[in-house]
Amino acid sequence: MTTAAATVGAALSVRGLVKRFGDHEVLSGIDLDVPAGAVTCLVGPSGSGKSTLLRCMAFLEEASAGTVLVGGEPLGFVDTPEGRRRLPAARIRAVRSGIGMVFQQFNLWPHMTALGNVAAALRVVRRLERAEAEARAMAQLRTVGLEGRAGHYPSQLSGGQQQRVAIARALALEPRLMLFDEPTSSLDPELTGEVLNVMRRLAADGMTMVVVSHEIGFAASVGQQVAFLDGGRILLRGTPQEVFRKPRHPRLDQFLDTYLDRGAAMLV
Amino acid sequence: MLDPSFIVAQLPAVLGAAAVTAWIWAASAILGVAGGVGIALARRFGPRPVDLALKFSIEMVRGSPFLVQLFLLYYGGPYVGLSLDPVPAGLLALTVYGAAYYSEIIRGGFAAVPPGHVEAAACLGFTHAQTLLRVEIPEVAAVVLPALVNMTILLLKETAVLSVITVPELTMAISAIGSESYRFVEALFLLALFYWGLVEGCGVLGRFAEARLARFGVAAP
Ligand SMILES: Nc1ncnc2c1ncn2[C@@H]1O[C@H](COP(=O)(O)OP(=O)(O)OP(=O)(O)O)[C@@H](O)[C@H]1O
Ligand SMILES: [Mg+2]
Repeated sequence: MTTAAATVGAALSVRGLVKRFGDHEVLSGIDLDVPAGAVTCLVGPSGSGKSTLLRCMAFLEEASAGTVLVGGEPLGFVDTPEGRRRLPAARIRAVRSGIGMVFQQFNLWPHMTALGNVAAALRVVRRLERAEAEARAMAQLRTVGLEGRAGHYPSQLSGGQQQRVAIARALALEPRLMLFDEPTSSLDPELTGEVLNVMRRLAADGMTMVVVSHEIGFAASVGQQVAFLDGGRILLRGTPQEVFRKPRHPRLDQFLDTYLDRGAAMLV
Repeated sequence: MLDPSFIVAQLPAVLGAAAVTAWIWAASAILGVAGGVGIALARRFGPRPVDLALKFSIEMVRGSPFLVQLFLLYYGGPYVGLSLDPVPAGLLALTVYGAAYYSEIIRGGFAAVPPGHVEAAACLGFTHAQTLLRVEIPEVAAVVLPALVNMTILLLKETAVLSVITVPELTMAISAIGSESYRFVEALFLLALFYWGLVEGCGVLGRFAEARLARFGVAAP
């Protein structure tokens, strides 16, 4: 298989990515560059493979074929003349700790306080002293506006607060790249704003972000690049203006019709 | 009529037997939980044949009465070169019996940890061992604690079965008193009282641990 060379300066490059679950092909040859310092939004109908693509970018799913490069470093596998070779676990962990992942379900650890959740990786992975780790964790909580909730356990926080703690946790190791999988989808509508605001601020500070979201309004206003997935392929890709401009691709039109009630009206 | 003075007169003799019951119970519970954790981890991380062998053994233990297992070990053991005195035989049988049940409880606890909690740790660069230690085991502990306490109380009741291989524990001591004095009612009353006391003690410990864990809001309802 021939794959295009990865673009220089891309924070993350995906080349020829194929993912099968059994004989169900979910991703059919994805090529995507995530430019550094910009927000890339993945949109598309349910089941189109957005989460799977994002999970492959974090090596939470192993691609069936193709490569993922993070800052030029291969993640998980390298292609050699003898075929694909799995990298040692320590290499995978090293590349991964440059990536922050935020999940739809927050996935905070229930037995740790907000501060504990954010400080854990600093203690366990970076091996910092408790005081140093907690000071840095507190600074992260401050950036998401939750320093006042540091001692609360996840069960004592609202969904929006939990997601903001989860963002602070993902930022703790100062990643160069943040991945978000529908970060607001399990929140009550009145709580999505606080999370989107934190994300907007991150984007304004120049964080490289890949965001899977049904918030088309967010994608159109914050994203520098939008990729529209359909049936495991990237059907359209470009700036929001290019992708959402009329006349639109019929598949995109069909998809947007389902979301017009959710902030997409501003695009029409 | 119950004769309180008879009960008081028997107390010193019964206390010694109660101590035997208490230590065999505590030892088999501690060793059983340790074995249960070991079995659960071996089944989770070990090769498939190990998993299947353990699964089969656990089903054997759970599928037969404790009395039968105890007889098999105590009377059958010598045929395969395993001759044990009553106390070690009883302790071993009880530990194996407990470990089989404890391991199933703990396995269920691991299954209850949302995969996302493990993935979040992996994304931050935790090793498998670090994830197990910092994320999975604390979550499992909170979830399984009530079931572990329950099983430990059941284990106490099974210690009474050890009397059939002449372990000098409570049930044996008190039935001896009963048959010597013919005061069965008083003897049984005393027996129930002691078991109740031990169960209460275990319950207090369990509630203390649960209260500590409840702070996180992760204790099972
Ligand atoms: N672990 C898995 N095993 C088998 N099939 C899977 C697995 N994960 C995802 N799939 C399948 O892959 C396809 C794409 O799933 P994916 O979750 O990536 O879609 P999505 O675009 O994120 O959808 P949604 O908007 O509903 O989140 C679906 O058909 C799904 O059923
Ligand atoms: Mg999804």
